[in-house]
Amino acid sequence: MAKVLVVTSGKGGVGKTTTTAALGAALAQRGDKVVVVDFDVGLRNLDLVMGAERRVVFDLINVVQGVAKLPQALIRDKRLENLWLLPASQTRDKDALTEEGVGKVIDELRTRFDWVICDSPAGIERGAAMAMRFADEAVIVTNPEVSSVRDSDRIIGMLDSKTVRAEKGERVEKHILITRYDPSRAARGEMLTIDDILEILATPLLGIIPESQDVLKASNVGTPVTLSNVDGAPARAYIDAARRLCGDTVKMQVPTERKGFMDRLLRRRAA
Amino acid sequence: MSMGLLRLLRGNKATAPVARERLQILLAHERGMRGQPDLLGVLREEILAVVSKHVKLDPTKVIVRLDRGDDVSTLEVDIEVPNDLERKRVAVG
Repeated sequence: MAKVLVVTSGKGGVGKTTTTAALGAALAQRGDKVVVVDFDVGLRNLDLVMGAERRVVFDLINVVQGVAKLPQALIRDKRLENLWLLPASQTRDKDALTEEGVGKVIDELRTRFDWVICDSPAGIERGAAMAMRFADEAVIVTNPEVSSVRDSDRIIGMLDSKTVRAEKGERVEKHILITRYDPSRAARGEMLTIDDILEILATPLLGIIPESQDVLKASNVGTPVTLSNVDGAPARAYIDAARRLCGDTVKMQVPTERKGFMDRLLRRRAA
Repeated sequence: MSMGLLRLLRGNKATAPVARERLQILLAHERGMRGQPDLLGVLREEILAVVSKHVKLDPTKVIVRLDRGDDVSTLEVDIEVPNDLERKRVAVG
C-alpha cells in the first residue's frame, strides 16, 4: 500500500529538501520503491541536491498538463535503483498546479511506488497547499528557533483542515523532525530544547538531526546526506527516522559526531 | 540545579525559556484566531460604513490597530477627516 508523505515546514531554509533527499534515499536503501517529487515550481532544487540537475527533461507540470507521460519525466537515481525523482518546473508558474492534475499524478505514482515523498515549497500558498493536499503522512521540519516553531504550528493547522484526508474526517499522520539541533547550546539554555518544541507543537517526534557540516558537504556534491557519509551523525539520524516511518521502534537519541582522539582532548581542554 | 549554578558562574542568561514563553502565548492566541474572520478587517469596514454615513471619508485614511498587552489590549482607530468637514456638515444640515 503506497504512502504519500509530504515534507513541509512553512518557513524556508529549515531543511525540507535535504530531508526529502535523505529520507528518500534511506527508504530506498531499505528496499522500498521511492519517488521524491519536487513541488517548488519556479525554484526547483531537489534535482540539484539529488545530483540529477543535468538529467531533467520533463517535469511535474509537463505531466500535470499532459505534455509528457509520467515515465518520461521520472529520473532514476544513479546510485539506488529503487529511487526516482520527479522534478519541478524551473520556468512555469505555480498556478499550473491544478488540484485535479496533481491528484491524477499522485494517483498514478501510488500505483508505481511504495513511497511518494512530496517536497513542499516554503510558505502557505498554492505550491505548499498542493504538496500536502493528497498526503497520508506529514513530516514537519522544524528548527529550534521561534519563527520556525511558529510556522510549523501554522502548517499543522493546515494539515488538519486543508488536506483531502482532513476534509473526509480522517487524519494526516504528522511527525516533527527537528533539524539543525545543537545539544550543547540547548543544555546551556541558548536554544529551545526538544521537550519545549514537542510540548508547544503537541505532535510526536520522528527524529532529531544534529547541526552538522555533513549536510552542506552532501549538497555540494549532489548526494543525499544518508549516502554521502553513512556513518556521520546526520545520516544516522535520518536513517533512524526512516526506520520509524516504517514502523520500527528505534530509541530516540541525538547522534553525535564520532570524534577522533585529538578532537576529544581539545574539547575537554576547552570545556 | 547544576545548570543554573553554571549559568550563574558564567553570568550569561538563558534565552531559551524566554523563547518558549513567547511562543506559548503567541500560539495560544493564533490558534484561537484560526478559521475566524479577520477581526480587524471586519471592524475597519463597519467603522468606515458608520462614519461615512455622516462624514465623507477617504477609505484609505481609516486605520485600525490592535496592540495586545499583558492585562489590557488597546484598539486604536485613526480616522483622518478632511478639513472641509464643517462646510459639508452645514450643507447636509
